[in-house]
Amino acid sequence: MGLTLYHFLILGAVLFCIGLYGAIAKRNAIAVLMGIEIMLNAVNVTLVGFSFFNTVKPYATYLTGQIFAIFIITVAAAEAAVALAMVIAIYRKRNTVDVSEINMMKW
Amino acid sequence: MILATILFWVFAVILVGAALLVVGLRNIVHSAIALVLVFAMAAGVYLLLDAEFIAIVQILIYAGAVTILILFALMLTRITGQPTTNPSNRLWPVAFIISALVGLCIVLAIMLSPHAVSDVSNGASQLPANINNVARIGQLLYSPSAYSYVLPFEIASVVLLVAIIGAIVIAREE
Repeated sequence: MGLTLYHFLILGAVLFCIGLYGAIAKRNAIAVLMGIEIMLNAVNVTLVGFSFFNTVKPYATYLTGQIFAIFIITVAAAEAAVALAMVIAIYRKRNTVDVSEINMMKW
Repeated sequence: MILATILFWVFAVILVGAALLVVGLRNIVHSAIALVLVFAMAAGVYLLLDAEFIAIVQILIYAGAVTILILFALMLTRITGQPTTNPSNRLWPVAFIISALVGLCIVLAIMLSPHAVSDVSNGASQLPANINNVARIGQLLYSPSAYSYVLPFEIASVVLLVAIIGAIVIAREE
């Protein structure tokens, strides 16, 4: 049996769910960020899979899915840098990275 | 074809197992190391999909830069009042149910909806014979005359500049 698009879509979906669980079930802010990175990777797997199996003529040669994946990687790197800077700034103020205790925006 | 299938299953099993380790391990440094494995296996999946450039970028940026960034943040911070360094919420069963439901919805949508793309194809054959993946992506990103992504590329550079300045401003000592 050869590889079909479904293999990669299901792989992306499973990976996305694991990342989602990590992002909403973890108390350490950095663990939440790791979950988000796994989710972004799942989306990239899906996009590159669609790009590989795309045979619609004008779009297939433009590698649209791969270009999207490149921009997602760019934005994910920027997001990781800013988010980890925020985690460090919050740690300096509150002395913890427990997201259950970071409630400055709650009133 | 058979080799590609075997490689896909090897990559997929290690990928999902490492992702489960990332969310499941008690020590967050071990989670970060498992995250490296997730990124490396995702790069292997990209290689199977004829996306060599993205595979290399994945290794460089994710397995290299983002992991080092996460390890530095782990070095500089500490979670207090917890027995382990990577604890779960009190509401983790709810999180499990939510993510399982989301996954079920995605799988149902994949199985039930018609696709505009074919199920089986050879992606390499769609490019002209004398051009490789990296050259094609370079043409698409840089050539201003043809159909290309020059404007999004320039905007992405502004995003990176904002991220650099923002990270410095946020993390700076007062």
